[in-house]
Amino acid sequence: MSIAETYEGAGTLQNASTLKSEERREKLTFLGLSMPAVLTILIVVFLPIFWLSSLSFFNAAGELSTENYTRIFSSALYRRTFVVTFQISIAVTVICVLLGYPLCYWLTKMPNKTAAILMVFVLVPFWTSVLVRTYAWLVLLQRNGIINSSLMSLGIIEEPLQLAHNLTGSIIGMVHIMLPFLVLPLYATMRNIDGDLVRAAVGLGSSPRGAFWRVFFPMSLPGLFAGIVLVFILSLGFFVTPALLGGGRVQMLAQRIESTITVYSNWGAASALGVVLLLLALAMIWLMNRVFGLDKLFMR
Amino acid sequence: MEQVGQRKIDGLWLTVVGIAVLFFLILPTLIVIPMSFSGASYLEFPPTSLSFRWYVAYVTSPEWMSATKTSLIAAALTTAIATPLGSLCAYGLHCSAPRIRSAAQILVIMPIVVPVILIAVGVFSLYAKLGLNYTLTGIVIAHTALALPFVIVTVMSGLQNYDFDQELAARSLGASRAYALWTITVPQVKFSIQTGAFLAFITSLDEVVISMLVSGGENATITRRMFNSLRDQLDPTIAAISTCLIVVSITALIGVQMIGRRKDKAQ
Repeated sequence: MSIAETYEGAGTLQNASTLKSEERREKLTFLGLSMPAVLTILIVVFLPIFWLSSLSFFNAAGELSTENYTRIFSSALYRRTFVVTFQISIAVTVICVLLGYPLCYWLTKMPNKTAAILMVFVLVPFWTSVLVRTYAWLVLLQRNGIINSSLMSLGIIEEPLQLAHNLTGSIIGMVHIMLPFLVLPLYATMRNIDGDLVRAAVGLGSSPRGAFWRVFFPMSLPGLFAGIVLVFILSLGFFVTPALLGGGRVQMLAQRIESTITVYSNWGAASALGVVLLLLALAMIWLMNRVFGLDKLFMR
Repeated sequence: MEQVGQRKIDGLWLTVVGIAVLFFLILPTLIVIPMSFSGASYLEFPPTSLSFRWYVAYVTSPEWMSATKTSLIAAALTTAIATPLGSLCAYGLHCSAPRIRSAAQILVIMPIVVPVILIAVGVFSLYAKLGLNYTLTGIVIAHTALALPFVIVTVMSGLQNYDFDQELAARSLGASRAYALWTITVPQVKFSIQTGAFLAFITSLDEVVISMLVSGGENATITRRMFNSLRDQLDPTIAAISTCLIVVSITALIGVQMIGRRKDKAQ
């Protein structure tokens, strides 16, 4: 691939060494081409987060201390935030798996063309603004919204249910936002599973259900796992939907960080919460990288 | 016999769940469109009378118009900066040593996976020192960092399908590195670059959390205004604005799909 390698055998030794140094210079030029983008990301994303993290180790008087951390772990309010954040993230992830897995499996049984058309139903919400979709749920779930009014006219309920501005609303809205993140990697993995393997298992005497659980399901696990980790990471730090659909009653980590800064101007506590969130996210990313390989994102 | 019956039940069950989940995904996304044409003074579905009153309210409101302008300019500038920077970065990384490449790949993917609230709070405090809060420049810089990973990922996957020997051939025939890059490589990955540009535009236009903290005043973005308005009440004007945003998103999605089709044909 490199010019130096190609010509090394043919040219004289001296030529080869000039080419080698030329190649080294070229490699540096390539790195130079990447630098504007890499520096932008370093300055906008990494630098402020590192600076913010360092803030968490200073108390209000500006002395080095772990006060912020002992406070966030001993205060009932912050503990509640952590518990709620985990509960919601786990609930959202589980519901996404329960809805997403059958959907993907059903789509893989479709002819390619039909499946491609049906995938539009996944891609349109995926490309639509989170804010727009949250707004739609606010309207659907409100007291006199379409869900309550149709349930009442069907005689299933007498009184309108409280669906928005609480935990239920937050979870419904978040599942809607997160589902495509589970479906896309899972569906890509399932499409690549060779259907002949399942047919071979059935041909060798396995029941269709046995073939599904012992052949198809294990082979779909990498995609399922990638989707689960993605949904869980995004849920842990999710802000917009719980902030709007939770109506102030649901306080997840991201909202707590925002209100600690904008309402209480307590940068120490906010940055300690931020560090915990960051560590949780990085642990998840590390796990995902171990099992799935982040560089797979760079391939088709 | 029993097994065939079981299979039919399994198949039926799967179809019902599959269709239900697809409707769950699409209906709430599209429901704001009919609602935006409602003639009533409050939100209702299905609308009892039709009118354009919420679109009129949107386009005649100086606040909403100024926010729309800010968002569109920010998205256009973000696309104009992130697309060339990201494409160059993808090209540079593609040609770098594997070890540098894989380290850099993890670094550039971070803006997507790190919780955006942390980036928002960090950028907000950095901008407070630099005086960049509530400026268009500030919004564009932050959105560029968020959009770059999308451009880099799409262009790198385009480069993986491209036969690099073509560029080497051009150079061995006397073309300079830059000339070979511009006339041989760029035209062959242009579909990936276009896809990256669409993604960059939508990323900036739909971004909420950073805009919420960093934009404001004259330079408030449309998402910031929508978010604040939704915290108080359900203004039907937002249904009209949402419909416009959906149209932009679907246009971008169709653009990307058509690029994909042309790419498949070209190969």
